[in-house]
Amino acid sequence: MSATAHTGTTGSADPARSAAKPARRPGRQRGERGRGASVALHTTLMVASAIAIFPALWIAFISFGPKNAWTDPGGVLDHLSLQNYRNILHTNFPKWFLNSVIVAAATTVLGVMLSASAGYAISRMKFPGHKQLMWTFLTTQMFPMAVLIVPLYNLLGTLGLLDSYLGLIVTYCTISVPFCAWMLKGYFDTIPHEIDEAGRIDGLTPFGTFWRLILPLARPGLAVTAFYSFLTAWGEVAYASQFMSTNENFTLAAGIRTLATDQRADWGSLTAAAVIIAIPAALVFFLVQRHLVSGLTAGAAKS
Amino acid sequence: MTTATIDRQSRGTAPRAGLMTSFKRSWDKHWYAWAMVAPVVIVIGVLVLYPLGYGAYLSFTNANEMTVAKNIGPVHIPASYDIVGFDNYWKIISGQDGDFYPRLIWTVTWTVTCVAFTYAIGMGMALLLNRPVRFRLFYRLSLILPWAIPAFVSVFAWRLMLNSQYGVFNSMITQVGLPAQDWLGTPFAQKVAVIMVNVWAGVPFMMVALLGGMQSVPQELYEAAEMDGASPWQRFLNITLPGLRPVSNTVILLGVIWTFNMFPIIFLLLGQNNSGDTDILVTYAYRKAFTGVSDYSGAASYGMVILAILLVFSTFYRRYQAKTEQA
Repeated sequence: MSATAHTGTTGSADPARSAAKPARRPGRQRGERGRGASVALHTTLMVASAIAIFPALWIAFISFGPKNAWTDPGGVLDHLSLQNYRNILHTNFPKWFLNSVIVAAATTVLGVMLSASAGYAISRMKFPGHKQLMWTFLTTQMFPMAVLIVPLYNLLGTLGLLDSYLGLIVTYCTISVPFCAWMLKGYFDTIPHEIDEAGRIDGLTPFGTFWRLILPLARPGLAVTAFYSFLTAWGEVAYASQFMSTNENFTLAAGIRTLATDQRADWGSLTAAAVIIAIPAALVFFLVQRHLVSGLTAGAAKS
Repeated sequence: MTTATIDRQSRGTAPRAGLMTSFKRSWDKHWYAWAMVAPVVIVIGVLVLYPLGYGAYLSFTNANEMTVAKNIGPVHIPASYDIVGFDNYWKIISGQDGDFYPRLIWTVTWTVTCVAFTYAIGMGMALLLNRPVRFRLFYRLSLILPWAIPAFVSVFAWRLMLNSQYGVFNSMITQVGLPAQDWLGTPFAQKVAVIMVNVWAGVPFMMVALLGGMQSVPQELYEAAEMDGASPWQRFLNITLPGLRPVSNTVILLGVIWTFNMFPIIFLLLGQNNSGDTDILVTYAYRKAFTGVSDYSGAASYGMVILAILLVFSTFYRRYQAKTEQA
């Protein structure tokens, strides 16, 4: 794939070079492409897009077939049915879904708030310890989950937070907040300091400046943070399946494992469940996608 | 209040004198900043650093399922494990357990391959998307999509697609004349499969980050280079790449850390089929802790070794990075 991407690049860039000599082709603007280059560009992008979305489409396609459709994909169109979706409604799936929504929403709100205030403080106030804190944010990314999970389990047990929403929410915050704070710090760095100063002159407290002036300006950064926090909580499997012990309290990730025990896997229900699980994630994605590019990189470029 | 102080601090013109002379003065000056980071510090301290310390302690013991404290019904059995010093580490480093070095080699291969492919493909896609092209929004949305799908869902989709008997992937590659493989069966095919899925899932992050980086490179540089007759390849090498260096450094570092510790893809894609050859260090440590007779101390020491490797890597990487940025 990298090879095709490469061809596409050079193929479409060549005419741009000739376009640099306007005397020869007066009609063509700078950066315009020839027909061949356009075809190459679109072909490459279309192939790549197809590869990117195919697995999602495939699982959606299978889910509308009968129970064992995955063994016979060709027969799906002849036996279209919603049987798989009806089946999962008879499990605890709706309850799991609700649990996941609660946990993910709370993680998103809490995570964004925590990381924004920390990121702002690090970006604007050069207090003793800010460098160490940035370093800690980076190193927490390196802690292998396999080491943390046993002590964390014992700790949450002592605090009485096992099998509860709160325990899972704070655990997910520890995963998402370091990266988010790191990224938001970079984003805040790109917002001119003059804005803070203007706020102070008008009598706002530092927190007031942050809350009323900087946060609204940092919306792209916040959108990415929210997206990342939400996905972390929505898709996490290992902690969820160890910490939540009653079936009623499972999140989706922990719950659908019970549909697919290795002895008797109900793949049909699983495909339907997968489609329903992907929908909220896709919704959040479409809400924030406008900001993704600018939000993510302001952070990466500066930190 | 502290506003004026903080304000002057932020412009970097604060008088240095007395900054650290007394904690009191420092507190007066910085309590606001500390108050804003306190929630994060507390959460991380309690839920990351404490477990890490506890894990480090476990790695010096011989704790396993037989020796940890447990309750069997009403009877409480106290912990009976002992401190064994560096025994666990010695077993790992000396290669006595026979698993560490093969796992390490595969983990490094996996990390390098995955990061190289995701970076290269992400760069290619970002270059294509960074030019005016019709349907750009559609392309961008579809290309980022793998990021938006929870890992366990997309891994499940791949698992169905890669199934050797019914999977659509084999039918596709036989259409173009490649031989069908038992993707989730033989060790080598498993390795190819997990790398493929991880690259598929990892490209969007790289692409989005690099795309944003490209958009922040000043257009005037390209115009000037064109005036000087630089070829597209020269412009890429001499403007785009250097302009992207801060972003590249960050995403490569994060990519290495994340890939080295990538748990769900290998664990969920292979499940019980994993022959053991495809385990990277993290999944191996997890298996140690949660399958058979749980070996908590062994898993903890593996975790500490992983952490040490990553710390050493990132320290050297950042030093190298600082050097290249000066140059």
